[in-house]
Amino acid sequence: MSNGLAAHADPHGHAHHPALQHHFQTLDQQHEAATLGMWVFLVTEVMFFGGLLMAYLLYRVWYPEAWSEGSLELDIRLGGFNTVVLIASSLTMALGVRAAQTGAQRTTVRWLLLTMALGLTFLVVKFFEYKEKWDLNHIPGPNFVFEGPQEMSDHLQIFFSLYFGLTGLHALHMVIGVSILSVITWMAHRRRFTPEWYTPVEISGLYWHFVDIVWIFLFPLLYLVDRAHQLG
Amino acid sequence: MAGHVSPTKVYYTIFGSLMVLTAVTVTVAFINLGGLNFPVALGIAILKATLVILFFMHVKYSSRLTKLICGTAFFFLLVLFGLTLSDYLSRGWFTAPGGTTGAGTRVTIGPATPAPPAEP
Repeated sequence: MSNGLAAHADPHGHAHHPALQHHFQTLDQQHEAATLGMWVFLVTEVMFFGGLLMAYLLYRVWYPEAWSEGSLELDIRLGGFNTVVLIASSLTMALGVRAAQTGAQRTTVRWLLLTMALGLTFLVVKFFEYKEKWDLNHIPGPNFVFEGPQEMSDHLQIFFSLYFGLTGLHALHMVIGVSILSVITWMAHRRRFTPEWYTPVEISGLYWHFVDIVWIFLFPLLYLVDRAHQLG
Repeated sequence: MAGHVSPTKVYYTIFGSLMVLTAVTVTVAFINLGGLNFPVALGIAILKATLVILFFMHVKYSSRLTKLICGTAFFFLLVLFGLTLSDYLSRGWFTAPGGTTGAGTRVTIGPATPAPPAEP
């Protein structure tokens, strides 16, 4: 970078930004490569969730009554609340990235802390949702309880298996996301980021938004779908 | 330096739109549209995801290569869904002369032979 901020002399004898790796020519190129790499990873993540969504779709086509019944068993208020919390966390994340872009370091830390707090709120609500399912014996397996025909009970267990599979995998991603953000927040607190180099904030933001997008699909697919059909 | 800096107003507007769309999708879930409930819910989710991808994830301002990589995710997702469903949904549509009608129809969970109704 021509910009002399924090420049130092390297073994090759020319000055560059300390964050610039030797195999890149400019910070712009490095930033582009890092972002692209994150996107490639996110594509694999889409396919990862895609397999489960495919199973969801097929069983929904086969057992629409069980899907309708199953979505009624889920708490739409908690699911809706979590949707709002997660979308709000995406907003705070985007504002955190923006603060890093503009060099507002303390603001970056504040937005990142808020993002983590919202992420943890989501996980706490999710815990109580799971606990309710546990108390109602809605965990698929030998102890599954459903007042109704055996066939419906069997099909509902498939619905709940996919519910726990999809939301569990999503919750795992949230835990990983919060862990990544705690490291990024610490780096931001140590003033490691500048408007010239904030790539870690940007690509953890991409990951966080991806996890938000997964929930944007899971909420209607699990909580809302076919609900109206039960109401007549 | 790399990266387009969007005005904060853009982020708040997108957040507002996402909230409105969430309210719409919840409201629609309580109205019986028959077969349309699923496509409507999915359509709203796709719209919300698009807003997040374009503005929060900066794809609108990214290089063409990034846009292409992002697009491949959805292309391959459609291949996965399309080819799998074209197999499962078309099973049992046609039966060859002398073939078995039962071949390849839906998998049933539980006992192979349906139990007689237990209730009187």
